[in-house]
Order: sequence, then C-alpha cells, then structure tokens
Amino acid sequence: MTAAAVDFRGVSFRHADGTPVLDGLTLTIAPGEVVALLGRSGAGKSTALRLVNRMLLPTGGSVMVDGRDTRSWDPIMLRRRIGYVLQDGGLFPHLSVADNVGLVPRLEGWLQADVDARVRELLGLVGLPPERFASRWPEELSGGQRQRVGVARALAADPPVLLMDEPFGALDPMTRAELQQETAQLQQRLGKTILLVTHDVEEALLLSDRICIIEDGKLQACVAATAFDKADDPVITALRDARLRDRTR
Amino acid sequence: MDVIRFWLDHRAEVLALLGQHMLLAGLSTLVAAAIAVPLGISAAHRPRLSAPLVGLANAVQTVPSLAMFGFLLPLPLLGGIGSRTAIVALTLYALLPILRTTITGITGIDRSVRDAGIALGMTPRQLLWQVEIPLAIPSIVSGMRIAAVVAVGSATIAAAVGAGGLGEYIYRGLAMVDTTVILAGAIPAAALALLVDLALWWAQRRTTRRHGSSSLRVPLAIAGTCGALLLTAWAVLSWRATDVVVVGSKNFAEQLVLAEIVAQTLERDAGMRVDRRLNLGGTLICDRALLAGDIDVYVEYTGTALTAVFGQPLGTSRAQVTGTVRELYARSGRTLLPPLGFDNTFAMLVRGADARARGLQTIDDAARESPGWRAAFGYEFLDRPDGYAGLAKAYGIRLAEPPTSMDLSLTYRALASGQVDLIAGDATSGLIRALDLVALEDTRGYFPPYDAVPVARSESLRRHPAMRRALEGLGGRITAAHMREMNHRVEALRQPPADVARAFLAGEIEPR
Repeated sequence: MTAAAVDFRGVSFRHADGTPVLDGLTLTIAPGEVVALLGRSGAGKSTALRLVNRMLLPTGGSVMVDGRDTRSWDPIMLRRRIGYVLQDGGLFPHLSVADNVGLVPRLEGWLQADVDARVRELLGLVGLPPERFASRWPEELSGGQRQRVGVARALAADPPVLLMDEPFGALDPMTRAELQQETAQLQQRLGKTILLVTHDVEEALLLSDRICIIEDGKLQACVAATAFDKADDPVITALRDARLRDRTR
Repeated sequence: MDVIRFWLDHRAEVLALLGQHMLLAGLSTLVAAAIAVPLGISAAHRPRLSAPLVGLANAVQTVPSLAMFGFLLPLPLLGGIGSRTAIVALTLYALLPILRTTITGITGIDRSVRDAGIALGMTPRQLLWQVEIPLAIPSIVSGMRIAAVVAVGSATIAAAVGAGGLGEYIYRGLAMVDTTVILAGAIPAAALALLVDLALWWAQRRTTRRHGSSSLRVPLAIAGTCGALLLTAWAVLSWRATDVVVVGSKNFAEQLVLAEIVAQTLERDAGMRVDRRLNLGGTLICDRALLAGDIDVYVEYTGTALTAVFGQPLGTSRAQVTGTVRELYARSGRTLLPPLGFDNTFAMLVRGADARARGLQTIDDAARESPGWRAAFGYEFLDRPDGYAGLAKAYGIRLAEPPTSMDLSLTYRALASGQVDLIAGDATSGLIRALDLVALEDTRGYFPPYDAVPVARSESLRRHPAMRRALEGLGGRITAAHMREMNHRVEALRQPPADVARAFLAGEIEPR
C-alpha cells in the first residue's frame, strides 16, 4: 500500500489564548482521494486545512504529508506542492488574471515562455478562453470567473494535493452548480488528492469519495459518499433528514 | 498689481527662490519617504513597535520650527545655516503622514489576499515585495501627497535659517513691513502647494488603478533616480567655497541694512567675495551659525549678547557690558569689533495721540495707565532676561491681559491701528516717525546698553587681515540719527536695504 497523502494523527490545535479548536483529529487520506470535511462554521474545518500546508502547526499530535511530519517540512517547499483555493478566490487585485495564474510557476523560476504556455493551458482547462481573459483584472470578473481563476492558480505548478476552503460558498446557486459539475469532471481527469471544506451536503456528495463530519473540533463520523444514503450512524442520518427537508421545502 | 510688477522686476530672483523652494520641499518629502516607508513597513509587521513609533513622529511634529532649528543648528553634518538644516527639519515634519499611511496601507490589506500569498508558498520577502508593497502603494502615495503639500507650506520657514525659498520674500516683507513683498512670496507658495496637491492626486489615482507586475518597477525606478539626485544635491549643498566671507543678519530692517553695509564694505574695501545669509530667524540662530562657522560675521547688540546669548545678569554700565561681552566672545573663538556708533535700545512705544492726550513721557507714566492696556511683543522680548518680565517688575506694569506675542515687525502696525496700546520696538526704528509713535523714557535705567557691534569669527579675521581692517573702519561711523533715517527709508519708503546701504557708504544719508 502506498503512503497516505495526508495523515492526521491525533491532531489537536488550540489558539495562543488556549481556546481549543481541534481535539484529537485522526484521519488518513489516500493519494487521489477526495475527502469532504463537513460541519458548522467554527467547527474547525478550515483549521484542519491550514494544518496541512503548515500555515498552522498542531499543538498536539502530528500532520503527515507524504509520510513526513509538517514540522520537518520546509514550509515554502510544502506549500508549493499543495494547491489552495479560497472562498472568494483570494486573487491578487494588483495582478492580471494571467499573472495570478502564473504566480507559483514564476516563483518556482520557470521560463516566461513556459509560464505563458501553462497559463493558457490552465485557463482553457477552467473554461476561461485565454485570449479573452488573460489580460483582465480580477475586479473585472464575475464571482464565478474569479473562482475559476482561483482554481487555475491552485493547479498551476501541478501540485499533487489540493486544499479547497468553501470554494463555491460565495456563488449564486446556478453558478455554483455549474462549477461543481466542472470541478468533478476536472478531478476525474487530474486525479488530485483533495481536501474539501464545505457545509453543502450536495457539494460533498458530488465531489468527494468520502464525507467526514466535524463537530466541536472532533471527527464525528466518516462515510463513503456512495454509502451516505444507507449509513445508520446517527450523525449521518440527522444530516440526511435535514437534506430531505431542504429538498421538499 | 504691485505684486505683478514686483515679480517682473525680480524675475530671475523669483525663479531662483521658487526653484529653491521646490528643491527644499521635494528633497525633504523624498528623504522622509525613504525613512518612513521602511519604518512603516516594519512597524506594520510588529504592532508593538507601531504605537510608540507613530507617537514619536507625532511628538516631532509638535516641535515649533524655530525650536527645531535651535536643536539642529549645532549638530555636525545635519545642522548649520542653510538648506541642510531646513531639509532635516522639513523631513522630520514629513515623517508622520507617510509613516501613518504606510502602516495603514500594509495592515489594511485584505486578509484573504495575504493568506493566498502565504498558502501559495511565497517567502516573507516575496510576500512583501510582490503583494504587500504594491497593494500599499496607493496609500503610501496619499501620505506622500499630504507630506509634500505640508512641506511646500512649511518650507517658507526655511528662510529663517538662510535656506532661501519663497519664505525669503515673506520674511523680507515682514522685515520691511511691505505687503507687496510678502504677497510676492506667499502667492507662489500657495499656488505651488495647490499644484503639488493636484499632481500627486493624479499620481494617487494612477497607482490606484491596477498596473500589473510593472506597478512596482516604476516607483522603484523613480525612487532610485531620486536617491541619486538626492546625494548629488546634498553634496552640492554641503559644499562651501573657502575664500568667501559669509555675512549674516537677523530678520528685521535695521539688520538688513547693517549687514549690507558690512557686506559692501568688505567687497569694496577688502576686495572680498561675500555671501549674504540675511533674514535669519533671530538671535539664537545667528549665534549658533556664527559658532558653527556657517557665517563669519553679523551685527549684534551688546545688551542682547550679554543677556540673550550668554545668559548673564543685566548690567547697565556701558564699559562693563562691552567688556564682559568681548571677554565671553573671545572665549568661544569670536571677536567683538569696534561698536558702530549707536545704541539700539528697546523702546517702549505708545501712539503719539495717546502720549499727547495723557502726557505720557516715561515708562513710569505707562505703568500708571497699564491696567487698562493691552500689549504685543516680539517673541524674543517675552523670553529674554532683559525682556518683559523684568520690565514689568522694575516698573510695576500690570496689563489688562497677558501680552500677545507676534512677529516684531507686525507689532508696530498693531499699535498704530489701535489693536494694542504698548509695544517694545527698536529705538532706531524708522516706523516710530512714519507711524507717529512715541518712545517712552527708561528713567529707571532698566535696559542695558545695546550698542550695535559686528561680531566675527576670530579664525576668519586671522585668515583675512583685510577683513579686520575693513570692519574696524566702520567703528563709530553710524549714529542713531543715521540709523533712524536709513530704517525710515527701508520701512516707510520701501527702498531696498542694499540701496540704502550703498547711499550711506557714499555719504548720501543725512542724519535726522
């Protein structure tokens, strides 16, 4: 069996003031697996993501990436092989679309011609024709377009792992559905290891192989997406009921 | 209209002063930016540093300009008479706005943008140069805009330390009590401030629009060029020819005339090249400048030297005062030359109409009337040991309200127009006659003698024996009557001090 892509081993995190956020989180993510972290706001989902790329270090336990403790990773090296998609795209307002997407390759010292080619390829991949979008500014884009650029930027240096923090949360339902579909197709082609934070059950079901529910800093349940409808774990059934109520309303 | 004629008549000078003004304001803003931007950036990353730093810059800004000059003048490298001191002072004043906007520019960056930079694997340095600084530039430029406009306005004080600029006209106009000359400096200074504001507003708008990765290259190139210019300018400003004698003066009409008489005598009789640093902002600045070697000679008054320069108790015997002052100057490497021949004592002045109506002749008479009076004095007179406090005690003066302090030249007008009832002027002022004022007699002998006398650096006199001979030749030549007439010509008839001095040296001034 190959090593886990990301492995949380009894991970705890508390703020400097002592407020606990995560408590004994244990979760193993295999290469190429897509795991959705589901839970209320403030449950500790985003903190879990930030522990993976060492924007935070655990106060207890350890997070392993590619079999190595994040504490022993050089943070810059680690982050350059982990793509990160933020809720509102997190685009740099002073850089054009092309410069946003080409940022990591440039930091990695690619030749400009290679960067340009990669930017064109990625913009095509996320459905933004390069000839129309490469030289635009982030403020000239719609929310959905900004999010596509954010995804392209995260994929730019072809990182094996992708972190997505409520990537489609700020979009209108139509655009969200469209982007979710496209992301699912993209994932089929690229086969990345993805850790997705969301509070949208539909999104989790559509995109992920496994759904994990976090409440109050603890992992409550994990279930394969295909088994979601049949699982008898009370946490899952509660979620399922809520979903049904939403649908019938 | 007079102003326009004045500009046309003084075209070359106006342009030179305007150029100096722009140089002073521009350099100080750039130096301030070079200091405040890096400081602001590090403060933005260390919140604990930021509050004390802004507090310090705040405190610096509250230091009055003349006090600032007083601190700076004796400092090596930074101080001295001329542009350097002015630029340092203006720079200190410009720090605060740039520091503030730099800090807010960096700390105001959207958290998700900074997070994105970190998450994409930017090193702290890459984050700073590629994200934080480019995004903070519009804010930094807005701070520079405030700083530059303030610098253009406050560069007028540079004339107080002989740094030139448009303040030269304002000070000269105040000294000569000539509104036209004041406006000749004030109008272009105000116009320049508006223009700078407009230009930087435009720059601010341009930087606010997105300019891609080139957005940092342009400001950096500009900063580099400015830095090179700065060093050149500094070198030029620090340079001083060795064979030139520098004559200084304080900022009122009599001093300008006396400095011109000294300067023209040195040029004519000693055949020397003379640099004029006139209109310096007061006794303290002249003294510091002489001590530091920024000027070689200026005309001081013995009583002023005794009390204001050396802080000695009042003495009233002429021989004793002159002896003490000569001795004290000699100890600090300076030489008192023979007195010019007149005593410019403080004159307590009232309106002629009041004096006639109430029979006011002596300061005692004024003390009697003082409970219903208001008074205005020059800044120095309020602080000097031979100034108002001692006078009030000696004569028992009690005013209706504490005296107002204002520019010495303005007090004459304030008295004549009835806004105040008592001022302390110069006994030799030409305005006493022009404005129908009356000097009250100092029957109790409160004021020490104020014999006008050139003070020179002993080293300069040793180096130029002809300079000593020429200055000694002026001894006893100028009577109080001569001086009153010359002051009258400058203050009331608005003749240029240089012309009046030339007329005196040619023997064309009738004593009166």
